[in-house]
Amino acid sequence: MVSEAVATPMPTRDVDGFLCDSAQWTPALAEALAREVGMTLTPEHWQVLTFCREDFARQGVSPGVRRVAQLSGIDMKALYRLFPKGPGKLAAKLAGIPKPKSCL
Amino acid sequence: MKQLLVLGAGSGGTMVANRMRRRLGADWMITVVDPAALHLYQPGLLFLPFGANDEAAMLRPRRRTLSSGVAWIEGGVTAVDPLHRSVKLHDGQNLTYDFLVVASGARLRFDMTPGLDDGRARGDVHDFYSLEGAQALRTALAGFGGGRLVVNVVEMPIKCPVAPLEFLFLADAFFTRRGMRDKVELVYATPLDSAFTRPLCAKHMQHLLAQKGIALEREFAAGEVDAEHKLLRSYDQRELAYDLLVSIPTHSGAAFVEDSGLGNELAFLPTHKQTLQVEGQERLFALGDATALPSSKAGSVAHFQAEVLETNLLEAIAGRAPKPEFDGHANCFVETGHGKAMLIDFNYDVDPLPGRYPIAGLGPFSLLSESRMNHLGKLAFRWLYWNGLLPGRPIPVSARLSMSGKRLEFASPSASQTQGS
Ligand SMILES: Cc1cc2nc3c(=O)[nH]c(=O)nc-3n(C[C@H](O)[C@H](O)[C@H](O)COP(=O)(O)OP(=O)(O)OC[C@H]3O[C@@H](n4cnc5c(N)ncnc54)[C@H](O)[C@@H]3O)c2cc1C
Repeated sequence: MVSEAVATPMPTRDVDGFLCDSAQWTPALAEALAREVGMTLTPEHWQVLTFCREDFARQGVSPGVRRVAQLSGIDMKALYRLFPKGPGKLAAKLAGIPKPKSCL
Repeated sequence: MKQLLVLGAGSGGTMVANRMRRRLGADWMITVVDPAALHLYQPGLLFLPFGANDEAAMLRPRRRTLSSGVAWIEGGVTAVDPLHRSVKLHDGQNLTYDFLVVASGARLRFDMTPGLDDGRARGDVHDFYSLEGAQALRTALAGFGGGRLVVNVVEMPIKCPVAPLEFLFLADAFFTRRGMRDKVELVYATPLDSAFTRPLCAKHMQHLLAQKGIALEREFAAGEVDAEHKLLRSYDQRELAYDLLVSIPTHSGAAFVEDSGLGNELAFLPTHKQTLQVEGQERLFALGDATALPSSKAGSVAHFQAEVLETNLLEAIAGRAPKPEFDGHANCFVETGHGKAMLIDFNYDVDPLPGRYPIAGLGPFSLLSESRMNHLGKLAFRWLYWNGLLPGRPIPVSARLSMSGKRLEFASPSASQTQGS
């Protein structure tokens, strides 16, 4: 018997839905997380997610939305279109990296 | 002669220069560079829009704030070259240093949001983060006939993150006093997902906003202002109409930080969280609003950092590694209107908690609840600033957060700071 889509096993997530261990992330997982919030990932989404993962690997912290807008090649307006409401948080969630922290 | 150079003589730079003067011998020169002839006590700006006119007590000639053994160059920095240990000034002058402290604060960037400057020119968009801004807003509020007043934080980080809330609480009291509160709609539009970044404190703030009839627009990331139609528009195309917009614009670090290739995306300096050494730069330290640290951009924080920096500059000068002493400690009085205030005390890991401060059980200040004593504390802070903090005299409050007097049953296992976008 062939099931519709091979179910992606979901790794442990925190209360806000962020992966506890970013090493457990896979592209298929990003697709599954996107489906959960009713999104379909386009190449533009992937450009952002790839930037977020690379930046996190380099810096050790999740980039804030301004950093993403300045360095990913996708500007702020487009980010809000692609990742409605909170692009910083949503992109980090789908990229499997921690929730970006802000100052206080 | 060896040289300790301090760029910017606001709260942080002045405290460090004065403290180091007492610790270093005559073989060390201490020089501060700052283009502004007057030192401004910024916490006083909050009260000007509501009729206070004590500018004279908020300003002091820079020379008077610096101890006699500290040299001051009245000029602006345009570049730092860590490789050659030199600093360039506007007039082309070059200074060299043995150790450098960057304390150049934050700049208000109205230019980074399209339409803000247009609205300011038309007289409907104001601010209270600059002296001229707060004075113009005083005139505007005195003549405000009613309508919708929107307070908007464009993006984080900003100086004194509680100041926009305080402004709203004071505005509510101001319009009530004038018998026209029913003619004014107060709205707070913030990019955060709650009224404040720390959960327990956010709950208190939200309660106060609701109690005072102030509307809260969360996750509002302001993208542009349509000044002609008096509309504030978010990146996701939500619109807020205003009659008067009080904007807390994007903040960035000084231009020389960016031009020297030392800053992050907003020209704030990546700085070690606990030692205050600039990342990757052995002879550079930073404190205050100029840093990219996740601590609050507040005068109290600059004060706690100055204490740590005093230790670490001495360590570095002696050829030892700087100590990981800074814990993110901040405390601030939050004006809540009608002669009352709240006090919050927290650090990188510990949320603001209820209790008493600085002495357990006694206070005299109460943490996370409103009192008249807290308000008096806020007012007394100005005296302490000029006479205790800037000169670098010891005061009976520890640089590290103390858990004594705090009600731990309210502590959350992990203080998570969140951001709205
Ligand atoms: C409305 C308002 C209310 C506030 N309320 C409070 C409060 O209640 N409690 C509290 O703790 N904090 C409060 N703050 C915050 C506090 O004022 C700042 O966090 C504090 O002043 C930071 O100190 P700093 O030395 O980093 O920067 P600043 O004190 O701003 O000093 C920076 C200095 O650098 C100089 N400079 C800039 N560019 C250059 C350059 N190119 N070359 C040389 N020098 C340069 C400037 O002239 C300035 O003197 C408030 C701020 C505002 C705006």
